[in-house]
Amino acid sequence: MTDFFIGHIAYYFVIALLIIGLWGMLFKKNLVKKLIGMNILQSSIIIFYVASASKYGATVPVIDPRLGAINPADYINPLPHTLMLTAIVVSVATTGVALALLIVIYKRYKTLNEDELLERMK
Amino acid sequence: MIFEHFPILIPLPLLLGAMIAAPLGVWKRDLAYPIALFATGLSLFFTVSGLIFVLNTGTHHYHLGSWAPPIGIEYVVDALAAFVAVIVVGAGFLVMIYSHRSLQRELPNKEVPFHSVSLLFLAGLSGMVVTGDLFNLYVFLEISSLSAYALVAVGEKRAPVAAFRYLLLGTIGASFYLLGLGYLYVVTGSLNMLDTAKIIPLLPEHGLVLVALTLMIVGIGLKMAMFPLHLWLPDAYTYAPSAGSAYLAPIATKVSAYVLIRILFTVFEPAFVRDEFSFTTVLAWLSAVGIIWASVMAIAQKDLKRMLAYSSVSQIGYIGLGIGLANPLGFIGAVLHIMNHAVMKATLFLVSGNIFYRLGFTDIPKFDDKLRKMMPFTSVAFVVAALSMIGIPPTAGFFSKWYLVLGSIDAGNWIFVFVIALSSLLNIVYFFRIIEKMYISKSKTPSESTVEETKMREVPVSMLIPTLIFAVAVIVLGLLNAVIVDSVIRLAMPKGL
Repeated sequence: MTDFFIGHIAYYFVIALLIIGLWGMLFKKNLVKKLIGMNILQSSIIIFYVASASKYGATVPVIDPRLGAINPADYINPLPHTLMLTAIVVSVATTGVALALLIVIYKRYKTLNEDELLERMK
Repeated sequence: MIFEHFPILIPLPLLLGAMIAAPLGVWKRDLAYPIALFATGLSLFFTVSGLIFVLNTGTHHYHLGSWAPPIGIEYVVDALAAFVAVIVVGAGFLVMIYSHRSLQRELPNKEVPFHSVSLLFLAGLSGMVVTGDLFNLYVFLEISSLSAYALVAVGEKRAPVAAFRYLLLGTIGASFYLLGLGYLYVVTGSLNMLDTAKIIPLLPEHGLVLVALTLMIVGIGLKMAMFPLHLWLPDAYTYAPSAGSAYLAPIATKVSAYVLIRILFTVFEPAFVRDEFSFTTVLAWLSAVGIIWASVMAIAQKDLKRMLAYSSVSQIGYIGLGIGLANPLGFIGAVLHIMNHAVMKATLFLVSGNIFYRLGFTDIPKFDDKLRKMMPFTSVAFVVAALSMIGIPPTAGFFSKWYLVLGSIDAGNWIFVFVIALSSLLNIVYFFRIIEKMYISKSKTPSESTVEETKMREVPVSMLIPTLIFAVAVIVLGLLNAVIVDSVIRLAMPKGL
């Protein structure tokens, strides 16, 4: 049981981050905090992928002449890392669009608090 | 021969067009529109010829950069993908013709970025349709979503707030999809849809696959505005500019519905999602609740665009219901409704754009017969689309509902038959009150409405023609439904349904 817990500690961390991110997005009143929640959510998924790629006792995915290329368990799977490079780019782009929206919202309503915003939108 | 490459040539002109239109448009503003039209026209040529090609020779597999799957990215164009691609790019092309004058009125000086972003939007959607790779699908999904946020955000004063909410919920949806994909990748070790489909039945136990499927369905459901996850949709459609909502409403959610069909019936087997674990039953019941609830909400709305947005949620319910029935007739109904709803909703949103162009408002209580005298063609288009939404033959909307009813009877579920009938009645309530105002109720101030005001003042030709093409298509597609079902949709039927 303890071994299982320690062996999967990265995934518990991911779940914790996921919940913190979702909680921030749904229940925080400040729009910037919602955006930060979104970034935490996206980071949790990036960590999930990277953690799923790691193996105990494996090395970087460049062929080592001493190990050869016979046993795939000797190397870490590089594919999730490459996928996550794309996901990081997507996350940066999303954050950029969101920040641009926040600037417009602040210019129009002079507030980023959700309650005040709803008040002023009437 | 270049034609073998048609799957990549569907999104590529749109992507390149977006990159060319923005800088050239900064240099000379009038260039952006012709470039955008040319790029979309080129893409439309390849989608239509691709559909003909696929119908004649069968499913086309295209390996990007000649890397064989599952290592390389594969584009798979089967009858279903080719069919949905024609709907997406075709509707996008017509809306693009329309958007020119509408943008000059609503968003002066912003046409160049708008055309560029709308090209990106279409590129993302058409890419989602042709790809056969699950991660590639995520990338195209984000391309289309990011441009959709921008299309909403340029609207009226409250639009950025609606767009921000859409962005948050859309990102949650995409993240859930990505997380589900991560689980699926961990279990199967493959990202290719067909390859994954081969591996899943061989797995000894299904725990992780179920988590993966649930997360992916929730993620796509958010993007598709499936009933309890539709909260972003009404605000986004209402506050977007007319051209923006005309882009979003007909095709954005339909493509997500297509992705749902792909995941449920291509990646997973119908036997798995229907018989072993009843995912489709849950989907069908949620959709049935959504159909009624959204129709009731639509009746309560005072703004035309907002009413149409709620009606969209209800129509998405029909598609969800058809997918959820998971039998051949339900599938035909769902796919046919993807097309029919795209055409009907495009007509209705173009009409609401026309009304806004001439009158400057879309409040239903302010409509009267002046509207019909001013814009007779637009009014006729509205009536045709409204009849189709209600489901009166021979308009297109009747036939997809007919197949859904047949599918429900086939599944032995009479409650769904009742739901479809009830929602048609609710549709009558919210469309006929507008038709009544347009055709029957007299102007409240007859003394002020001089001859000049009641004179015909239709919208410009470039806006009127797309509206009328869509309206004619509603009737033509209704008459041709047997041809479409027999020659396209039956070919697209997933195995084991």
